[in-house]
Amino acid sequence: MPDVIPNDSVGLVTPQIQHFDEPLTLRSGRVLEKYDLIYETYGELNADRSNAVLICHALSGDHHAAGYHSMDDKKPGWWETCIGPGKPIDTNRFFVVSLNNLGGCAGSTGPTSTNPETGKPYGPEFPIVAVRDWVNSQARLADVLGIDVWAAVIGGSLGGMQVLRWSIQFPERLKHAVVIASAPKLSAQNIAFNEVARQAIAKDPDFHDGWYQEKNTLPKAGLMQARMLGHLTYLSDDAMRQKFGRELREGKLNYSFAPEFQVESYLHYQGEKFSTRFDANTYMLMTKALDYFDPARDHDNDLRKCLSQAQCRFLVMSFTTDWRFAPARSEEIVNALIHADKEVSYACIESDNGHDAFLLPIPRYLDIFQAYMDGVAERSFEGATA
Amino acid sequence: MSELRQDLAIIQKWVRPNSEILDLGCGQGELLSYLKREKNVHGYGLEINPEKITACIRNGVNVIEQNLDNGLGNFEDQSIDTVIMTQALQAVKRPDELLDEMLRIGKEAIVTFPNFGYWKTRFYLLLKGRMPMSDTLPYNWYDTPNIHMCTFRDFEILCHEKGIRILNKTVVDDQHREHWSIGLWPAMLGEIAVYHITRK
Repeated sequence: MPDVIPNDSVGLVTPQIQHFDEPLTLRSGRVLEKYDLIYETYGELNADRSNAVLICHALSGDHHAAGYHSMDDKKPGWWETCIGPGKPIDTNRFFVVSLNNLGGCAGSTGPTSTNPETGKPYGPEFPIVAVRDWVNSQARLADVLGIDVWAAVIGGSLGGMQVLRWSIQFPERLKHAVVIASAPKLSAQNIAFNEVARQAIAKDPDFHDGWYQEKNTLPKAGLMQARMLGHLTYLSDDAMRQKFGRELREGKLNYSFAPEFQVESYLHYQGEKFSTRFDANTYMLMTKALDYFDPARDHDNDLRKCLSQAQCRFLVMSFTTDWRFAPARSEEIVNALIHADKEVSYACIESDNGHDAFLLPIPRYLDIFQAYMDGVAERSFEGATA
Repeated sequence: MSELRQDLAIIQKWVRPNSEILDLGCGQGELLSYLKREKNVHGYGLEINPEKITACIRNGVNVIEQNLDNGLGNFEDQSIDTVIMTQALQAVKRPDELLDEMLRIGKEAIVTFPNFGYWKTRFYLLLKGRMPMSDTLPYNWYDTPNIHMCTFRDFEILCHEKGIRILNKTVVDDQHREHWSIGLWPAMLGEIAVYHITRK
């Protein structure tokens, strides 16, 4: 809980809910007749509506990207390092929109929402959503907000995949794309990690094939295991060595199977926290959306052909110790963009923090991000055409 | 224009309007932004220095973080009109291989490098018996990034051996100025060489 809101924070924010009655046909062929999207905005939309930025969240993110909901909040939004007055996504210049994606569990329509056809929660019957479905729903939100063209669409990890999809699905509706710690598609190893996570959830006796809400239970153990595994892949070997080493909680070996090493209790803590805040069916859906993402598939598996549809400028960033979405994966995107003669800049940022680095205040990362976003503002809507 | 280094001004004469450019070791992107403004070129710069990369991004120049020593395999054959490398040939691990790469990717290339045959350099070694240092070459032998120094003649012999054709060449002094007197004896009086080459 902040005693005082820091000057570089957007401060107290209130989410809004937008209801949509127009049916949305999903990639799977299924149709969502009506749905809600919960979102937050920071900063002011300018008169010609040209300073809007869309934030796309990653696997476990939501609409609450910056600021605080109340003075009792322990932590600000998930991307407080990058969004706020004077920060890379400067709310003095930009009008920032951040939403919870369909299938989420933070207020947008998802597995915990009531299925209008049955009057019961969707549970496991919520349709499997794809990245393109999110982008379609985000475009509808943009319509409602009166935003024809985004100054930038920005995201890390799974969020970066949404940015890529935006660039080819609505090429005329964004001027800049910022793709951070992302990949043009998952590798077999990535998919394998997701499947282990899904199995951990599915095999939890409290999961009940996804109908745990009906049974008034929660597959906490499964979700906790899934998160522990996920968390491991977000950190680097170096980061874990520095943070925990082989330190023991009680300073000595107890010859027991209770958590003894600090790293164990850290993972338990992270898993525990996550298992009470996140919905298991949403976790299953989000990991599926990750697995399915492969925009080049519709273009003879040629990423260059796929990205040649884009019209925006790109900034791509990766982090040296990220092995979940390694720099080589970002470079696949960069090379395809170069081959398609697109405007692109790329930086591979030195960091010990693995995949998590995109959420952390790493000076070089923030400098580059800021330099790029300053250019977005100055060259696209602040009129300095120098 | 006045602030543009003279070697960059020479280079721009050899670059065609609306062409595709790759600038190896692009610094803060001065050349690329100049060529974009004056010749409407499209291009990318490669750079590894973090501050310079940020400066490029601030200047709106397409910059790719990439180490030249790790190769240019991500660029396709003959995909670029002119590949440019200013003052970096002497600092890479294998200048000969990089030249091959430049002409694999580019239809033409422009290279600039300091002339180790410059008269002051020759006399420095001859009279002092020490590795030459100057404004152009300000480093000690042990900490210099310039690990493959060559003279104009060395470079031209290498081009000849590789079947590389020299389209244009010029030499400038340490202020990157062209001066008539250098033309009298370029191999001796020129401090920086600017070569325009092709394999065709």
